[in-house]
Amino acid sequence: MNAPLKSQPLNISRRTFIKATALIAGGLVIAFTIPQAKRFLMPGAKPEATGDESKKLPAPNAFLRVGTDNTVTVMLAHSEMGQGIWTTLPMLIAEELDADWSKIKVEHASAAPDYAHTAYGMQITGGSSTTWSEFDRYRQAGALTRAILISAAAQQLDVSVESLKTENGFVISGDQKISYGDLAEAATKIETPKAVTLKDPKDWKVIGKATKRLDGAEKINGTAIFGQDIHFDGLMTAMVVRSPVFGGSVRKFDASAAKQIKGVHKVVQIPTGVAVIADNYWAAKKGRDALKVDWDLGPNAGLDSKALLADFRKKAASPGLNAAKAGDSKVAMAKAEKFVEAEYTLPYLAHSPMEPLNCTVKIDTDTCEIWTGTQMQTTDQQAAAKILGLKPEQIKIHTQFLGGGFGRRANPAADFVSEAVHVAKAAEMPVKTVWSREDDVKGGYYRPMYLHKAKIGLDNNGMPAAWEHVAVGQSIIVGTPFEAFMIKDGIDATSVEGTADSPYLKSVPHYQVSLHTAKTGIPVLWWRSVGHSHTAFVMESLIDELAHTAKKDPLEYRRALLKDHPRHLAALNLAAEKAEWHKPLPKGVFRGIAVHESFGSFVAQVAEVSVEKGEVKVHRMVSAIDCGLAVNPDSLKAQMESSISFGLGAAMQSEITFKDGMVEQSNFHDYQVMRMAAMPKVEVFIVPSTEKMGGVGEPGLPPVAPAVTNAIFAATGKRIRTLPIGNQLV
Amino acid sequence: MITLNINGKEQQLEASDDMPILWALRDVLHLTGTKFGCGMAQCGACTVHLDGQAIRSCVTPIAAAVGKKITTIEAMQNNEVGQAVQAAWSEIDVVQCGYCQSGQIMAATALLATNKQPTDADIDAAMSGNICRCGTYPRIRAAIHVAATKLS
Repeated sequence: MNAPLKSQPLNISRRTFIKATALIAGGLVIAFTIPQAKRFLMPGAKPEATGDESKKLPAPNAFLRVGTDNTVTVMLAHSEMGQGIWTTLPMLIAEELDADWSKIKVEHASAAPDYAHTAYGMQITGGSSTTWSEFDRYRQAGALTRAILISAAAQQLDVSVESLKTENGFVISGDQKISYGDLAEAATKIETPKAVTLKDPKDWKVIGKATKRLDGAEKINGTAIFGQDIHFDGLMTAMVVRSPVFGGSVRKFDASAAKQIKGVHKVVQIPTGVAVIADNYWAAKKGRDALKVDWDLGPNAGLDSKALLADFRKKAASPGLNAAKAGDSKVAMAKAEKFVEAEYTLPYLAHSPMEPLNCTVKIDTDTCEIWTGTQMQTTDQQAAAKILGLKPEQIKIHTQFLGGGFGRRANPAADFVSEAVHVAKAAEMPVKTVWSREDDVKGGYYRPMYLHKAKIGLDNNGMPAAWEHVAVGQSIIVGTPFEAFMIKDGIDATSVEGTADSPYLKSVPHYQVSLHTAKTGIPVLWWRSVGHSHTAFVMESLIDELAHTAKKDPLEYRRALLKDHPRHLAALNLAAEKAEWHKPLPKGVFRGIAVHESFGSFVAQVAEVSVEKGEVKVHRMVSAIDCGLAVNPDSLKAQMESSISFGLGAAMQSEITFKDGMVEQSNFHDYQVMRMAAMPKVEVFIVPSTEKMGGVGEPGLPPVAPAVTNAIFAATGKRIRTLPIGNQLV
Repeated sequence: MITLNINGKEQQLEASDDMPILWALRDVLHLTGTKFGCGMAQCGACTVHLDGQAIRSCVTPIAAAVGKKITTIEAMQNNEVGQAVQAAWSEIDVVQCGYCQSGQIMAATALLATNKQPTDADIDAAMSGNICRCGTYPRIRAAIHVAATKLS
């Protein structure tokens, strides 16, 4: 999407349908829908007939509500999981509405087609896309509401619309002013304007200003409600014992001891295992511990990650399906003078958000209510409807704050929601199904393991002239509703993002990038930054290897290769400048650099690292980002800090491995993540930019690992080609 | 029936002796500010104070709290150090998803109650048991220094 950075009139009748209606509580509701042209159709859905859009509008939805008490309530079409949209989306509305910021309230919207993502066509929070995808829609909602309030004031005061202005929640006429709340009822009778003009960016008072979080207070005093915190009379807690091997099934089970535990009410079998329904978590857990289940471990009982990696290595010996190609790499390779040949591997990774997965389900005759933290309401709703034989609109989803998501709560398979619906259905009572941390670590839907093999031939100037690259790993898209539009000619776009479309390859005359899509039986999913989480490590390490082989400075080498990529260069140059790349460091400290584009944003990072007795210490990370307009610069900085922590923890220590079909890790003692003592100093700089807007939730992550391992190479001469770094240097 | 002193109030509850304080707070008393993260004292999300000391409530049975004072995030606004910590958290705008922050604030408050001017190394030692997957660590560190300055 191109964010309009200059004011432009919006033709509402063509682009948007707007309707003003009164709520029972009184006040003005702005509801509108977007054209569905870009909607990704879910399987079984019928494409909408073309023709007059206005005659077949979906049910109106509400993006904001002006209360008679002067509050402005903003409804979020997306889920707040820490990334800060609870603040950023209201900023867009407040800007155009000239709202009083202290009167803004925020709610998660319900699950409904009208809250579909403007680019993805379903209700989803992911792909670092919320702010850019809502930049027009939320500003329009604000601008339209303002226009309606002005019209209401003009009627009331019997003056022209043109004579009125708005400021801080008031319509102002000379020395008279009327609050938005006082106009809210009259505004419901105003005909919706056919067009509005958005503000000129030079008049912005809110957009672009560092703004504090609106969810800060409740998250500091313990009153914020997450899915885990849902409680109502009659609600039971369930824990499920699942197969220790993916794809296994229950042969038989003995619940007699479990039922003896005080507080345990029922033990029921469901498709994923056996659920213990109890008064509370502790009783459910004790009940589950007492269950005896005889498992048929199924076809994956021999799963072993070492053997799997050996199999990947065998596959990588020959090219896979072609993902990108130019010239004739074979011929060019034969002419090369020097070579870099390397294999890179990255492990399975769990998301492990702080809030373990949970989902509360209450089923009635013709409706079902769900309380959970989800990134993907549409597929959850459809999955629940299918299980219960209801229509999706009969499933009411109450989205709660997410205690972290990182992709785990956006599952096309709707795993934790489907399971919770099965539990409540089988138990015939309202149930909150809760996962333990062990369930989370062992529960699958990991970032897939990947092996990359590359051979690069250098010309006599030391620049890459031929590049052959094979990747082996699982697809996160195969078998999901996204398969139809995200897999082309057998290539899952998310498996090769960052390699097949690498800017470096644009300056290589002969290259081939190919892919083997492995099948393993291990459930995989997008993990913060998706394919870029492995491809950036590989590409930015290889570039460093090339620079070293060519005896050139890693920064200068990148500059030469990226000379026609101004946004990469801008981020690279800003990070290098702020890190004082060419200045000496204290003894024993070394720098590494990496730059990568993902989700429409360009991020460069410089890591300062020391290695003592094999122990790696990251002292400082200097980061620069070009994401186009930064709507809330402080929130952007927080996301960069967050990505560095998440990416660095994974690069240093995290891995999920398998033996005898089972996951070897279980909790934070053996699935290690970033902690305070290892967290480096982080500095974030924003490239001033009016380029197309990109995301900020994920793009900070991909360059972290290679910046650090490139610094390790500078420090030790040892090239880290396998993550996590772990004890490789000891 | 067991009697616990929670946030200055004596409360009677029906729960087995081995129930961790965490679940007594959350599932019996519906004080949900204290969070469940790992169940084995690895992440610190469940941190509360027992007679002023930071403990992991997910592994501490209620039987161990009889005759002692349990303090949770819900009472931090009435605690001088807690207030300063919460104000610093707000000033620095620490939180992201927010799920671990009750535990972080309880750990930071316990640290500042005994160490008025913690160094970075003191903060590392006191706070490394509290995981934040959102990576708010640099801001937590900054906020603890801000709170320390305000308290001195």
